[in-house]
Amino acid sequence: MTIQTQTITKHPSLVDGSRRHVLDLDDFSMEEIELVMATTDAMREVLNRDIKKVPTLRGKVIVTLFYEASTRTRVSFEEAGKLLSADVINVSSTGSSVEKGETILNTVRTLQATGADLIATRHPHSGAPYFMARNLERTSVVNGGDGWHAHPSQGLLDLFTIRRHRGSVQGAKVAIIGDILHSRVARSNLWGLTKAGARVILCAPPTLLPQEFQDGSYKDGPLGAVDVTFNVEEAVQDADVVMPLRLQLERQQAGLLPTLREYSKMYGIDERRLKRAKPNALVMHPGPMNEGIEISPQVAHGAQSLVEEQVHNGVAVRMALLYLLIGSRQASVP
Amino acid sequence: MSAQDVRRALSRIAHEILERNHGTEGLALVGMRTRGLPLARRLAARIQEFEGQLVPVGALDIGLYRDDVGLRARPVVHSSDIPFSVEGRNVVLVDDVLFTGRSTRAALDALTDYGRPKTVQLAVLIDRGHRELPIRADYVGKNVPTALGEEIQVRLEEVDGEDEVLILGR
Repeated sequence: MTIQTQTITKHPSLVDGSRRHVLDLDDFSMEEIELVMATTDAMREVLNRDIKKVPTLRGKVIVTLFYEASTRTRVSFEEAGKLLSADVINVSSTGSSVEKGETILNTVRTLQATGADLIATRHPHSGAPYFMARNLERTSVVNGGDGWHAHPSQGLLDLFTIRRHRGSVQGAKVAIIGDILHSRVARSNLWGLTKAGARVILCAPPTLLPQEFQDGSYKDGPLGAVDVTFNVEEAVQDADVVMPLRLQLERQQAGLLPTLREYSKMYGIDERRLKRAKPNALVMHPGPMNEGIEISPQVAHGAQSLVEEQVHNGVAVRMALLYLLIGSRQASVP
Repeated sequence: MSAQDVRRALSRIAHEILERNHGTEGLALVGMRTRGLPLARRLAARIQEFEGQLVPVGALDIGLYRDDVGLRARPVVHSSDIPFSVEGRNVVLVDDVLFTGRSTRAALDALTDYGRPKTVQLAVLIDRGHRELPIRADYVGKNVPTALGEEIQVRLEEVDGEDEVLILGR
């Protein structure tokens, strides 16, 4: 009698170097998140040195491939690569063969053929980085934002920032307020925060909240402790973290909002509303901010604001991801 | 090596460091993670006992400076923490075992990224030989001739719960 051997498909992980891509946080284990946090700590120390450069990724090539505008994400990937001594090449959709109509597939395969070890990418269409990852044998892909879908490095840097100030994310009440519907930051943060044990409360006008959160069907899904409210006072009440999201201004034309003024009045975070949160509540914003709309200038630049620290930590988190993905040969072999 | 032997060796090294550097002026200790750090702290405590002076202690992680990146499993990197300027100081690097010398080379690279020390000296608890680079220790707790296949295991109270040094055959 022959015994059928069953192949157990192990989930790729950063811990044993078997993960090649970072596309979202939904497939991250808590062990991987802990490793990223610990590595980010070490990278933050490098970032704060007088001579902020280490030789770790010497001889590696990183390409940033951005099909959409970005300052902080693209710059921080570039800086992260350079501080680790990788060579970084920036490609944007203007000024490259993308303008001549080259397909995503051909562009990324060309980059792989030139010897790129890792592509950090942003694309207006959800899923584009997954398509790239599926079609590359040697090159790693890090999602720097795809459509409305995911922005995993932002999720990780937000986790890191909260941990740095609170020690732990466990049990923290995190209020995410604003345009949840179009927010990849909110989606990746939902995965990261709930995995780390935070209680997330989402707050948005009904037109800017995804259907599954309106009808409660998300409760059948894999998300942990998430609550929903349309009332911003209720969302902010006793919160440990207040995170207003950028109101994507083009949404007003789409008829999702009566006026910006009304949105600001109903959902904007100002000092009066922030007082409802815990006394030392952290204020975070993924940027870029529309001051005076979703966040008042006093709050954006106030004592509780961590907006600039988020950007700083973002470089360290991306250094950690680059190191963990291509810092060893093991990682580049599937 | 027993806990007593470790204690005596560290006391002697502390004296030697003071003798060589004519006291504690401009002196700093930098422990290489993981086990070099508690050794550096103990040396500093011994020096304080002898001289009544506090010598600054830093921690160095060489994970980002290794020359075998890609040759073996990726090391977990920890944070370095050098809360003083190394510029112009006499820095004593502290490690548990000196073997091929490659960790020391990486530590020298890492250390010089923080500035330009006046001198860098090396203190190790065990020198087991088999150098692959032109590196030697200035202070040695014990020379232990070993075969390449053997493994030296340094266990320290702060990390492993007890002090002892073992030679494990393969």
